[in-house]
Amino acid sequence: MSDGLRESATFDRATIHAIQRAAATGVYDIRGWGAKRALPHFDDLLFLGASMSRYPLEGYREACGTDVVLGGRNAAYPIHLDIPVTIAGMSFGALSAQAKEALGRGASEVGTSTTTGDGGMTPEERGQSKHLVYQYLPSRYGMNPDDLRRADAIEIVLGQGAKPGGGGMLLGQKINARVAAMRTLPQGIDQRSASRHPDWTGPDDLTIKIQELREITDWEKPIYVKIGASRTYYDVKLAVHAGADVVVVDGMQGGTAATQDVFIENVGIPTLAALPQAVQALQELGVHRQGAKGVQLIVSGGIRTGADVAKALALGADAVAIGTAALIALGDNDPRWSAEYEALGSAAGFYDDFQDGRDPAGITTQDPELAARLDPVEGGRRLANYLRVLTMEAQTVARACGKAHVTHLEPEDLVAVTIEAAAMARVPLAGTDWIPGSAR
Amino acid sequence: MDPMIFDLEKTPLREVNRTLHRLEAGTVQIQNPHGKHSVAAGLRTAIKVYINGHCGYYAAGMNQLADVVINGNAGVGVAENMMSGSVFITGNASQSAGATAHGGLLVVTGDAAARCGISMKGVDIVVGGGIGHMSAFMAQAGRLVVRGDAGEALGDSIYEARLYVRGKVASLGADCIAKDMRDEHHAELRALLERAGYDDDTADYTRYGSARQLYHFHAGNEY
Ligand SMILES: Cc1cc2nc3c(=O)[nH]c(=O)nc-3n(C[C@H](O)[C@H](O)[C@H](O)COP(=O)(O)O)c2cc1C
Repeated sequence: MSDGLRESATFDRATIHAIQRAAATGVYDIRGWGAKRALPHFDDLLFLGASMSRYPLEGYREACGTDVVLGGRNAAYPIHLDIPVTIAGMSFGALSAQAKEALGRGASEVGTSTTTGDGGMTPEERGQSKHLVYQYLPSRYGMNPDDLRRADAIEIVLGQGAKPGGGGMLLGQKINARVAAMRTLPQGIDQRSASRHPDWTGPDDLTIKIQELREITDWEKPIYVKIGASRTYYDVKLAVHAGADVVVVDGMQGGTAATQDVFIENVGIPTLAALPQAVQALQELGVHRQGAKGVQLIVSGGIRTGADVAKALALGADAVAIGTAALIALGDNDPRWSAEYEALGSAAGFYDDFQDGRDPAGITTQDPELAARLDPVEGGRRLANYLRVLTMEAQTVARACGKAHVTHLEPEDLVAVTIEAAAMARVPLAGTDWIPGSAR
Repeated sequence: MDPMIFDLEKTPLREVNRTLHRLEAGTVQIQNPHGKHSVAAGLRTAIKVYINGHCGYYAAGMNQLADVVINGNAGVGVAENMMSGSVFITGNASQSAGATAHGGLLVVTGDAAARCGISMKGVDIVVGGGIGHMSAFMAQAGRLVVRGDAGEALGDSIYEARLYVRGKVASLGADCIAKDMRDEHHAELRALLERAGYDDDTADYTRYGSARQLYHFHAGNEY
């Protein structure tokens, strides 16, 4: 390519290709992964380490706690996690049984929870998961009261950050006999998950639904409510009023197994914008960081590093959840499959066709030969390693800020490097005392 | 064994449900439900439960094995996600009766409102009267029998559930069509009516089900 060629910022290569693809096929693009556009994110925040006026803790030596308790408000058995990083709900169907087992193994090894997904609970993941959160979704695929009782917590899913207001889809090539049976659907058809719950509408009904789930499980289990970030401040308030013990807020960068590209890139708000809104709602209701009496906040959508974890906690989350990063830790997008990614028209580091069922890494597939490529024990070990690194990184930052527990991090420890991030995160622009939008 | 009697004016619901969850056998009478929600939800053994009065939301929700009789009307989501056993309602049922239920038999003697059998996954439902709009939406499996009329958009986006309606259908939803009544359908319908205590002529019924035209999105992902 000649040096003089100038790419259009408006019509860049990906955009031109999308138009060409649409013109050639007449159908829209469905894919996995999350939003790929650049968005204000945790990268735009920095920590103010200890200095003259703050006292740091000694790295490695002085204790810096990482445990969290979730769901003590109503449940007889709250969840005690050793680390504040959980595994987000990803369905069996979207993922292979081996991948689900590996997630359970990795999470359990470091004392954190994993979550089922749209499609029900498999014995593999129940067996390997010390703390298993059971999702209650609009589709109710595989929903049954025995699994409800087997779960350690229940997560009512209203939406996902990748597609707030959208239902789900699992394309026919991934509906093998086992997936079909668990969902009570014919094998091989494209299957749609409803976008609305079938037996309740609105926050008043949700209150009654939560009560029903508590009655069925004898008030033993914490109940989470998961929302895709859009009107987060109001949604969190309503979820708490409805009785949620834990609120899960998933920002627009959050991953998905199969959604229209137009939806992923254009609906919802960034994680960084949603988190302070959620915290404000909890604070105004007097339930933020109130121990067993409080409502805990789990935040997800683009969490990759221990710095992201620490920043989310500093802004007021009690824990985070990871999806995409957990899959990468298992082996998703590994360069060892480069030739195969290229044969599929993709490349290692770019593969996002989770809907397609031909995942060379054997994670987002129901093809027995491909799925066999992932050893659940080895995958679990890799995930556990990754989770340990996230935790140690978050501790490193917390100690530098003088905190004896990672959840002691606070907004006061942060500044922003862009005006957008300062406005969204509600922390000052670095080197100034300016928080755009705050009435001072 | 004498029937156990609970009075919901005196005993908190939580205590009643907890006791029912631990009962291995027997018959239970529940008095004064007064529209309370989640009455007899989460039953898991082959007990018999009579609820004498009107219930709120989710009565007998997620029922397993138990036979529940509601002497009165039932609110939203009665017998939602039932797995097995039976729920019999002498009055009318509100929206989403039998939603997502996987098994068992739900009988509504009166009318059922909108979304009856929504997303049903194997349950059998027999409604003595009519049903409201959007009933059997995304119905996956099981049978829905309606002795009266059906509201708009019956069986929208239906999968493999079979619907039998005696009266008028206001309109059919996307991908739902009328189908032939073959011998096996007459036999199946007769058996369902019998279980619910009716002896209608099955020739008066029309069967509805999926045209299976929405089973593939035709949404490719070519590069
Ligand atoms: C393959 C895959 C499958 C998913 N399946 C579900 C699901 O069944 N239910 C759900 O609530 N969220 C689902 N999600 C979203 C995750 O729970 C989570 O919100 C998201 O992945 C978090 O963002 P991250 O991927 O950037 O970490 C899925 C995500 C992925 C990547």
